[in-house]
Amino acid sequence: MNPVAETIKVRFPHAFVRAAEFRGDLAVEVKREGLLDVAHYLREDPGMDYDYIVHVSSVDWLGEPVRFEVVWEVYSVIRRHRIRIKTRVPESDPVVESLTLLWKGAEFMEREVYDMMGIRFAHHPDLRRILMPDEYTEGYPLRKDFPLVGKGWRDTFEFIEGGSVTLDVGAHPDKARRSSDAPTPPVSPGGAGTRPSTPPAPGA
Amino acid sequence: MPTTPAQPPVFTQKKLPLLRTEELMLNMGPQHPSTHGVLKVVLELEGERIMKATPVMGFLHRGVEKLAEDGTYHQFIPHTDRLDYVCAMYNNFAYVRAVEKLLDLKVPERSEYLRTIVAEVQRIIGHLFWLGTQALDIGAMTVFFYTFREREFLLDWFDQLCGARLTTSWYRIGGVERDVSQDLIGQLRYFMKEFPPKIDEYNVLLEKNRIWIARTKGIAIISAEDALSFGLSGPTLRGSGVEYDLRKAEPYGAYDQVEWSVPIGVNGDTYDRYWIRIEELKESSKIITQCLDKLPEGPIMADVPQIVAPTKDRVFTNLESMIMQFKFFSVGFPMPKGEIYCGTEAHKGELGFYIVSNGEGKPYRLKIRAPSFIHMGAFDHMSRGYMIADVVTIFGTYDIVMGECDR
Repeated sequence: MNPVAETIKVRFPHAFVRAAEFRGDLAVEVKREGLLDVAHYLREDPGMDYDYIVHVSSVDWLGEPVRFEVVWEVYSVIRRHRIRIKTRVPESDPVVESLTLLWKGAEFMEREVYDMMGIRFAHHPDLRRILMPDEYTEGYPLRKDFPLVGKGWRDTFEFIEGGSVTLDVGAHPDKARRSSDAPTPPVSPGGAGTRPSTPPAPGA
Repeated sequence: MPTTPAQPPVFTQKKLPLLRTEELMLNMGPQHPSTHGVLKVVLELEGERIMKATPVMGFLHRGVEKLAEDGTYHQFIPHTDRLDYVCAMYNNFAYVRAVEKLLDLKVPERSEYLRTIVAEVQRIIGHLFWLGTQALDIGAMTVFFYTFREREFLLDWFDQLCGARLTTSWYRIGGVERDVSQDLIGQLRYFMKEFPPKIDEYNVLLEKNRIWIARTKGIAIISAEDALSFGLSGPTLRGSGVEYDLRKAEPYGAYDQVEWSVPIGVNGDTYDRYWIRIEELKESSKIITQCLDKLPEGPIMADVPQIVAPTKDRVFTNLESMIMQFKFFSVGFPMPKGEIYCGTEAHKGELGFYIVSNGEGKPYRLKIRAPSFIHMGAFDHMSRGYMIADVVTIFGTYDIVMGECDR
């Protein structure tokens, strides 16, 4: 086992879950309760000296018992080694301690994780949405159950043949559809097509 | 090379008892020409001094990370062009390098050299673009025309290389899309001979220009410790005196085969970061010239049929290749299970890709570590106490491009 992972395992037996090395990247998974202690040790201990924050990320393992995984990757410019700290948070209580006090850059990166995955960071100085609009309430885009298409205004466009298009842009996409305006498309004999005009039968 | 020690600015304001003072909120952007994209900063002002600056981002958010989960690994390459649209080649490079690390794939040597050459050409383009626009934002217009003259030459070179000036998509997983011709090598050699005197030309306009010095010296100082803590990278970090360049720390491409050095600043102010970028232009030309001299012969794509798309002539003549091509572009190729992070030193800073693979042909999760985004995290810290006019300088000193920042 990697010496850094070994040290964490010995020093924090209650927090340590597992360590893995893949393609030279060291990843250590810790329990949510022990995260702050481990991170503090990695930041302050002269033997570790992880002073540079690389990124904060999150993974949605939809279908697993503990759904979300939050990832911090830090690097030591002096010692030239990097480590990935990971912790799991359940969907029912997606809260994890913020590491902004240890690495200042974590502030924006954790805001992005909150924005995209809906994981809340306790003791974060300014936990707001960062890339999506502040008033956005339709969920967290990078969750696996958030659809890739079909959440935009494109769905609300009503293309009516021969008529002008009227849009009620102030309403919610799902409520904007007015059944009175849109003529019901004639059902083709096959039942599958939604084209309003069926091609004329040969010889007709 | 500047030698005066770094001193954070101390601003005191006399409070007159009879005057009523009040904080002013000012929106800078989203349509300000210096933001290089669409970015809003809410400034809290006391007079003309910035007390607090809150960046409001996301105007260019296109959900690239979500899109990555829907396509194969190969299909994501054109998306990376649109991240930092000023320097598409380096984004391609950073991405394919991350995928190759996940695959544990070795790239042929000629390909490594070509990648290094083109990446450094892109770095020169990026720094020229930065120098021109930074000087333009501060008020020196001439530099813009000078730098864009050289940038045009190199963009035309890209055009001949891959058929596109900006959205290049020239890198491939396992190599590069096509080889350079002797004509192109000759053109690049000619440029590299002509280029160093032109750097002096820019410097004549700026180095001792009183306005330039007044607008950049002692502006947006950040200490080495803070810069590291904020995760700054690239010239923004090296300006504070931290020797951290991924090309040296974790060499890739052909960077360990050639002689070059990493310029390091002293004061951590805008002027030092300008000086570093000028020095990097010289270092990049050194790297390119040496790589052109050493350029080995050989294949440009790795010989791994599962990962590399078959060539067109084989697709049209060989049934297996045609099936392979169909599978390649519809299903993708199987990936090993695991997760990696791979950082690459783009001209703005460390551009990294964190990829989680569950063994399928698509990434399970792809996270982009965008230097522009992370630099904006330090904006409040670096702009406090300075004047409104310095906001433009600070935008410029990060070399932000909002396409990369918002992704």
